[in-house]
Amino acid sequence: MDFGTLIDAALSSALGPQAIVFALAAIGLNVHFGYTGLLNFGQAGFMAVGAFGLAVSVTTWDLPFWVGIAIALLATVVLAIILGVPTLRLRADYLAIATIATSEILRLIFGSVEAKETFGGSNGLTGFSTTYKDLNPYNSGLDLGVVSFSRNDLWSITVGWSLVAISCLIVWSLMRSPWGRVLRSIREDEDAVRSLGKNVFAYKMQALILGGVFGGIAGIFHVLKQASAVPTDFNTTFTFYAYAALLVGGAARVLGPVVGSILFWFIIAGLGSFFSQATSGTDPLIPASIMTDTQASLVRFIVLGLGLMLLMIFRPQGIFGDRREIAIDGR
Amino acid sequence: MLLTPSSAMAQATPTPTTPAAGTPAENPLVDGQNITVTLLDVKGGKGEPAPVPGVTLTVFKDKSGGEQIGTQVTDTKGRVSIPIPANGVYVVTLDQDTLPEGVELSGGAENEKTITARISGNNFAQFQIGAAVAEKVAFSEKLTNSVVSGLKFGLIIALAALGLSLIFGTTGLTNFAHGELITFGGIMTYVFNRGFGMSVILAGVCAVIAGAIFGYAQDKILWGPLRRRGTGLIAMMIVSIGFALLLRSVFQYTFGGSTRTLSQYVAQGRDDYGPISLSPKEIAIFVIAIVAIVIVCIAMMKTRLGKSMRAVSDNPDLSASSGLRVDSVITSVWVLGTALTALAGVLLALNQQVNFQMGFKLLLLVFAGVTLGGLGTIWGALAGSLIIGLLVEVAPVISIGGYQPVPASIKDVGALVVLILILLVRPQGLLGRAQRIG
Amino acid sequence: MAADVSAARAALAGVPNEPGASKPDPIVKGDNIVRTFGGLKAVDVEHLEIQRGVITALIGPNGAGKTTLFNLLTGFDEPDSGDWAFNGKKLSNVPAYKVARLGMVRTFQLTKVLSKLTVIENMRLGATGQRGEKFWSAAFKSLWSAQEDANTVRADDLLARFKLDAKREDFAGSLSGGQRKLLEMARALMVDPELIMLDEPMAGVNPALKQSLLEHVKSLRDEGRTVLFVEHDMDMVRDISDWVIVMAQGQIVAEGTPQAVMADQAVIDAYLGAHHDTDISEIDVEELETEAEAELAAQSKETPTHD
Ligand SMILES: Nc1ncnc2c1ncn2[C@@H]1O[C@H](COP(=O)(O)OP(=O)(O)O)[C@@H](O)[C@H]1O
Ligand SMILES: [Mg+2]
Repeated sequence: MDFGTLIDAALSSALGPQAIVFALAAIGLNVHFGYTGLLNFGQAGFMAVGAFGLAVSVTTWDLPFWVGIAIALLATVVLAIILGVPTLRLRADYLAIATIATSEILRLIFGSVEAKETFGGSNGLTGFSTTYKDLNPYNSGLDLGVVSFSRNDLWSITVGWSLVAISCLIVWSLMRSPWGRVLRSIREDEDAVRSLGKNVFAYKMQALILGGVFGGIAGIFHVLKQASAVPTDFNTTFTFYAYAALLVGGAARVLGPVVGSILFWFIIAGLGSFFSQATSGTDPLIPASIMTDTQASLVRFIVLGLGLMLLMIFRPQGIFGDRREIAIDGR
Repeated sequence: MLLTPSSAMAQATPTPTTPAAGTPAENPLVDGQNITVTLLDVKGGKGEPAPVPGVTLTVFKDKSGGEQIGTQVTDTKGRVSIPIPANGVYVVTLDQDTLPEGVELSGGAENEKTITARISGNNFAQFQIGAAVAEKVAFSEKLTNSVVSGLKFGLIIALAALGLSLIFGTTGLTNFAHGELITFGGIMTYVFNRGFGMSVILAGVCAVIAGAIFGYAQDKILWGPLRRRGTGLIAMMIVSIGFALLLRSVFQYTFGGSTRTLSQYVAQGRDDYGPISLSPKEIAIFVIAIVAIVIVCIAMMKTRLGKSMRAVSDNPDLSASSGLRVDSVITSVWVLGTALTALAGVLLALNQQVNFQMGFKLLLLVFAGVTLGGLGTIWGALAGSLIIGLLVEVAPVISIGGYQPVPASIKDVGALVVLILILLVRPQGLLGRAQRIG
Repeated sequence: MAADVSAARAALAGVPNEPGASKPDPIVKGDNIVRTFGGLKAVDVEHLEIQRGVITALIGPNGAGKTTLFNLLTGFDEPDSGDWAFNGKKLSNVPAYKVARLGMVRTFQLTKVLSKLTVIENMRLGATGQRGEKFWSAAFKSLWSAQEDANTVRADDLLARFKLDAKREDFAGSLSGGQRKLLEMARALMVDPELIMLDEPMAGVNPALKQSLLEHVKSLRDEGRTVLFVEHDMDMVRDISDWVIVMAQGQIVAEGTPQAVMADQAVIDAYLGAHHDTDISEIDVEELETEAEAELAAQSKETPTHD
């Protein structure tokens, strides 16, 4: 067992672009679910719209990169409005089903053969990230001993963590304001808020848009860091993982989603590396009769599922959260 | 001429037309960005399309006669694969003189195609060869077939939807692990069949019993204790998401990622029954599903257990105060619900194949069926599921003036759109009861 | 102020004691308001007027449709038919939040405090026209902090008046049932309503607190507000209300001054219909006891309840 490799794998995932994508998506979910109590299970849909908003603008329509970014962000706002107008009146669990269905519809359409001319089919689109790459000021990668990053990753990390910091700042400044107080009150009891003369629907819509835009940014960053937009990346399982990350860190806490994502990837990548090492080589630690290397890559997902269950049962507030403050006990 | 990804072509290798001299056996598939063309003679739609080898194709940048990027002769599979340097506009020309005798371009005999390459792998171009003039399967025949398979699919969904509806009705849980309960039925059938060498029928029976036991265990070990702790419904919903991830990964761990078949009834010919044609196993699926559903419905109406299940789902507090043992009713619901859902998995395995994701892929459609009908009513779940099954199978057949609203490759979309629309029209939710205010 | 009250009362003296009687200065006026649930007509009110500046009690047995009428008037529910106006402004199809902004604020039978917010945050939420509640200015504290401070001063005054100042920083979920009712009432006052509608403000409140709640309701009238409240306790109704409206099975069956209504056979029938062979005074004793017990139970619980 090479613990250096293990730590490197765990740390480079936990601090690298992967975790950043999750952190951004989970910050959005925190606005939706953590603060406002909206059970949006379609965050992958917001990401997909952001991602393909950029990819289609630049690759298919030959528009400049920054115009593409603007279109991508606008597209997530539009999705939030289209989705929100009818669904924000639904009860929490129906909202969940409606949003999942929407994100699946989007994924299927983005990957469909019929729309291949626009969205590139199941292979997706490439060739939209040149500007992003050209902006990279670094000349080489970074090696810190325990963890190392390539030149591209280093650039993505710089951009990504800056985005995360800005997003956290925005969330922090909004949530301490009376506006944030209205959101938290809606999470508690929207009829009470209505009876005090607040337009609950408008606030929910604003929250949906804000969180959706964070999701869109996550999607944009995701496709920029890997230089390709592939529809299958934006499946419902991703949304569930992002929820797991949020809940680990603690919902309704500004830094909850960030810490959660870092921890989530540290554990996932650490477990992945551990079991892959334990099953590889001529004389593996765990004999192939018990676990093959394909199976080894699955252990982390088993742990993840089990972990999410135990977390919800025993510590639903996550690491940072305050049990008294989350919308877990309602329906 | 069909637009087919090269990988799919490997399976169908019918005899080529006339192998001309100088035909390459197989052109190597380019790894990086390329333009791939597979020439197939569709022979007016009669018989298998045949590859057209020995035809020279040339790729130019921007326009015909522009910078020549590459040229190749189609191989025995009728394929060329020409590498290109970058995204952009390319023109592919086909040298008509090299076409084998008796093979002609159809569709206006266009021998030039312009394509915009923006995919890092294969970019496809297509030429029409020997296309028939509108010789299609009669629409009515297509419609009947899709209605039959829609009903079959709908009945399978209905079994799972009944299970979901029962569990939701009595516990309020939106169970995201329900898809995995379907998969459980399918995989258990496979295990009893291939692993223990039982006949498929016996294996199916055992899988349903295993499902019932699984339901019992779930309630005793997981959901029952959570209920008694007073865990909120949203927390339970997230627990079910974790449980779904856990089960799916365990299935993949033990069963593997591949798709497998049962030992019997895999490929069966169809017999005609009037306008419809069905294989024996399809008839069996119809009969088993209908019988199971009828039994459950009668049991819900007539038996004491059925009545108490309905009482609990109407009003748990009232049932508790009127001396009903709510907890044991809920346990029975889990047993019955999971067994029904496992049966859906058994039938799905019989109908298609077994895969660790077979139920997960169905989950949203099951939700859709239940939502459509209105949760809590068994008839609603039944009707809703049949409608969803029909929608999924029939929608792709329908085209309006040559335009297909729901292409076959994304046939679930129609059903999902309906799901959303239904939620919008009945925002008070599936039970159809408005919540009280104040 | 006091002069206004007596003037308003005096005006009521000339109003006939009959269902749907018209008042000299109605703040709310409604016609043919019908709401059915399935086959059941929960509300079927032919004509309704509520006099400005006085306390009107809405009484009737359980299931009479009082809460449903509240929901309809305040925009929380939609009627099958009917229209009504507040200060002459038609309110059909006006959403609940707009109704509240117009000055018609209600509380709920099952108290809706925001248990995971502190008492003072509950109060601040009630203030209207907050700049900090607008998305674009929310992020910049300097734009709203002055207004927030002013609102806090007002909130603290109200908390002191309702004797909740000691609980200022507690989570609202940790309050007793009676304190929650007080908080909900105080929060509604942050909106500065013209008409305040209280749905069973005394239910679940222990007898000791009840007296002070009564005084608070009276003080609302004395500062010029109109009060409409639902109550079962006849003594209480007799004590503080200027006018009584009786509902049964969705309809207004009687109206009048407290004294007149208590003597009305229709009222006694309505209650007897609901409570078979008990009489009014017995019901009150029973209710008092159960409420007191509930209150004690709530107080003995130290931890905030998750509801
Ligand atoms: N959302 C609802 N769905 C069905 N019936 C309702 C609903 N709300 C109230 N009801 C019925 O309407 C009638 C009046 O109820 P309510 O207004 O709560 O009475 P009150 O407040 O006078 O006790 C009752 O019979 C009640 O069961
Ligand atoms: Mg009431």
